[in-house]
Amino acid sequence: MNYLLFVVFPYTCLAIFLIGSIYRYNKKAFTVSSLSSEFLEGKKLFLASQLFHWGLLVLFFGHLIGFLFPKSVMAWNGQPVRLLILEITAFVFGLSAFFGIILLVYRRLTDRRVQIVTTKMDFVVLAILLIQIISGLLVAYTNRWGSAWFAAFLTPYLRSIFVFNPQIDAIASVNSLSLKIHVISAFSIIGIIPFTRFMHFLVYPLDYTWRSYQVVYWNWNRKNIRVSRAHREGQKSTNN
Amino acid sequence: MDVRSQVSMVFHLDKCIGCHTCSIACKNVWTDRKGAEYMWWNNVETKPGTGYPTKWEDQDIYKGGWEKNGDSVSLKGAGKLKGLKNIFHNPHLPVLDDYYEPWTYKYQDLFTAPEGDDQPTARPVSLVTGEHIDVKSGPNWDDDLGGSQDYARQDVNFKDLSPSEQEVMFQLERMTFFYLPRICNHCLNPACVAACPSGAIYKRGEDGVVLINQQVCRAWRMCVTACPYKKSYYNWHTGKSEKCILCYPRLESGQAPACMHQCVGRIRYLGVMLYDADRIHEVASTKNDADLVDAQLGIYLDPFDPEVIREAQKNGIAMSTIEAAQKSPVYKFVKVWKLALPLHPEFRTLPNLFYVPALMPGMASVQDGIYKETNKQFLWGGIETNRLPIKYLSNLFTAGNQNKIVEVLKRLMAVRWHRRQTTVGDVEQEIVDTAMQEVNLGAETADAIFRLTALATFDERFVIPPAHREESIEMLENTADVKGNTGFGFKEKPERGW
Repeated sequence: MNYLLFVVFPYTCLAIFLIGSIYRYNKKAFTVSSLSSEFLEGKKLFLASQLFHWGLLVLFFGHLIGFLFPKSVMAWNGQPVRLLILEITAFVFGLSAFFGIILLVYRRLTDRRVQIVTTKMDFVVLAILLIQIISGLLVAYTNRWGSAWFAAFLTPYLRSIFVFNPQIDAIASVNSLSLKIHVISAFSIIGIIPFTRFMHFLVYPLDYTWRSYQVVYWNWNRKNIRVSRAHREGQKSTNN
Repeated sequence: MDVRSQVSMVFHLDKCIGCHTCSIACKNVWTDRKGAEYMWWNNVETKPGTGYPTKWEDQDIYKGGWEKNGDSVSLKGAGKLKGLKNIFHNPHLPVLDDYYEPWTYKYQDLFTAPEGDDQPTARPVSLVTGEHIDVKSGPNWDDDLGGSQDYARQDVNFKDLSPSEQEVMFQLERMTFFYLPRICNHCLNPACVAACPSGAIYKRGEDGVVLINQQVCRAWRMCVTACPYKKSYYNWHTGKSEKCILCYPRLESGQAPACMHQCVGRIRYLGVMLYDADRIHEVASTKNDADLVDAQLGIYLDPFDPEVIREAQKNGIAMSTIEAAQKSPVYKFVKVWKLALPLHPEFRTLPNLFYVPALMPGMASVQDGIYKETNKQFLWGGIETNRLPIKYLSNLFTAGNQNKIVEVLKRLMAVRWHRRQTTVGDVEQEIVDTAMQEVNLGAETADAIFRLTALATFDERFVIPPAHREESIEMLENTADVKGNTGFGFKEKPERGW
C-alpha cells in the first residue's frame, strides 16, 4: 500500500505532468491561459487573489529551498530564534493562502458573472488546493518543527524519487495522517496540471524581464526575400 | 536609417456623419462571438463626450500609454516591474462595467406570450449571465450629446478649460459636437506590445499591423491597461485578449478593411507610410508635449527621395510598396498638406491613425438668432470665435499645441475660400489670395486637397500595396473551409481553456 502511494503514484503523476503539459503547450496552446476573471469582477478579487498567490508563491519557494539546500536550512535552524522566525513566517503565508482561497471560493460561488465562467475543473482545482493548504497548516501546527525535519527527512525521500531509487521507509513509518495527505495531494496537483488551469504557472512570463519591450516579427527574411537568387524553385512556403 | 513600411490611415472628421456603419461592419466580421460581444474594435464617439470605455482618455484612471521619464519614456501603468508585481491583480484594469454589459432581447417572447390585454415585450437579457437586466449603458450611450450633463461635461479634454469657457460650450445656442471614429492606431511605439509579459503581441515587420498571437496570450491583461486608447480587449470567455487586426487578411488580398470599405461618408483613407525605425525611441521621448506632433511627422520619410528609396530597397521593401507610398493619400494629408493630426500624441505611442479636424461645426455660429455659416467680414473670423474652443481641439489632437490646430483650420478654411471662388465666385479675389498666401497654399494644391477630400474614388482613398504572396499568411487559404474557427494564423475551435 505504501509502495503504491509513495512510489507508483508519484511516478504516475510526474509522468502525466511531463507528457501532458508538453503536449498541451505545443498542441493545445490556445487553451493555455490564466483564465483571469478580473474583467468580470475585480473588487473582491483583489484581496483574495493577492493573499492566495503570494502565500502560495512564498510557500512553494520555501519548500523548494528545503528540498534543494537541506544543509543550509538546518544550519539556519541551528539557533531556536531563527527556527521560530522561519516557522512563523511560513505559517503566516500558509494562513494567507488559506484565507485567500476561502475568499476565492466564496467569490466563485456567489458572484453571478464569475459563475458563468466557472468550469468543473475549477472546483477540482479549488478542492485539491484546499486539501493541500489545510493539511499543510495541520502538519505545521501538529508536527513541529517542519522546517527542521523536512530537510532531514522528507528531502531524502523526494530526492530518492528524483534519482529513481525510491526509499520510502522514512515516509511510510511516519505516524501523521495529515503529512501523508499533504504529500499525496502535492503529487496529485502535479498530476492534474495538464488538465487544469494550473498550466498558467508553467507559463509565468519570466522571459519578460530580459526581453526588449518592443516585439517585431518578420514573416520572412526581409533582406533575402526579393533577391532573385534566393528564389526557391518548386518549394512550398511554410505557411501554406 | 532603418526604413520600414507602415499601413497608416486618415479619418476626415468633417465628413463623418456618425452613422456607425463602420462599427457594424467590424462587429459582423470579427466580434460577433461569445466573450467578444462587448468589444467594438471600431467605435464612433461623440465629442465632447466620455467615450467608450467611459473616460478612456483619463490616464489618471486607466494608466495607459507612456510617460516621460528623464530622457526616455516608460510605461505608465505596466512594464516589467509594475506588470509582474501586479500580475495577480491588475489594479488599473477596466472591468466590464467600465464598458457596458452586452445584451440582447428575448424576441421569442413576442411570439410565445399568451394572449392578453398587453402588448408582449421583448425584455433585454444580459449576454454574459443570460439574466434579465436593466440596460444602464451602451457603447455609444452619449451619442449626439445624449445626456450631456452626465457625459459631455465629463469629457477629459476640458481639463484646462476654465469653467466659463466650458459653460459657453454648453449654452444651447452654441452647443456643437463632432464624431470621432476610433480603431486601433497600430502605433509605431505600441504600449500594448511593450506591456505584454508573454510576448504575445507583436508588430508585423512587413506592414506594421499590431497583432495578438492567440496561442501565446496568457490573460495577464497588461495590454488592456497599457493601451491608452483602450483598443485591446479582454475576451472573458476564451481568456485571451483581442484587438483590431486592421483586417489584414483583406489587406493581403488587396481589399480595404471592412470598416473603411463600408464607410458611408467616405471619410477613411488608407495608405503606406515609410518611416525610420531607428528614430522611434528618440521621437517618443520628445521633451515637450507640444512638439510631439512635429517630431512624429519627422519620422515619416519622403518616398520620392532617392536616398530613402535606396535604403528601403536595402531593407527588402518591394518597389511596388514604395510606389504605393508615393501615391499614399495618408502621406499627402499628413506630410505634404499637413492637414491630419494624430489623436492624443501625448500618450507617446506614435499612433498611425490621423484625423483631419472638423471645421464645419466649429465655424458656423449663431449671431443675433441668425445661423451664420462662415463669417465673411473677417478672413479667419470663424476660427477666432470657434464654437469648439481651440484649446479643446488641441487637447485632443496636438497635446495642447494650439498653434498647430489653428494652422490646420486655416488651411482647411483657405481651401474653402478658394473653392468658393472657383465654383460660386462671390468672394473677392483679394480675400482668397490673402488666405492662400497666409497658409502658403497654391491653387493647384488647394484643388488637389479638394479633390481628395470630396471627389476621391475608391482607389484614390485606399492605396493598398499589391499583395506579395511570399509575405502574406492567409491569401492562399480558403477561409470558408475554416469558418467558425479561431480564424487566422491557426485553426481551432475557440473554446475556453480549462
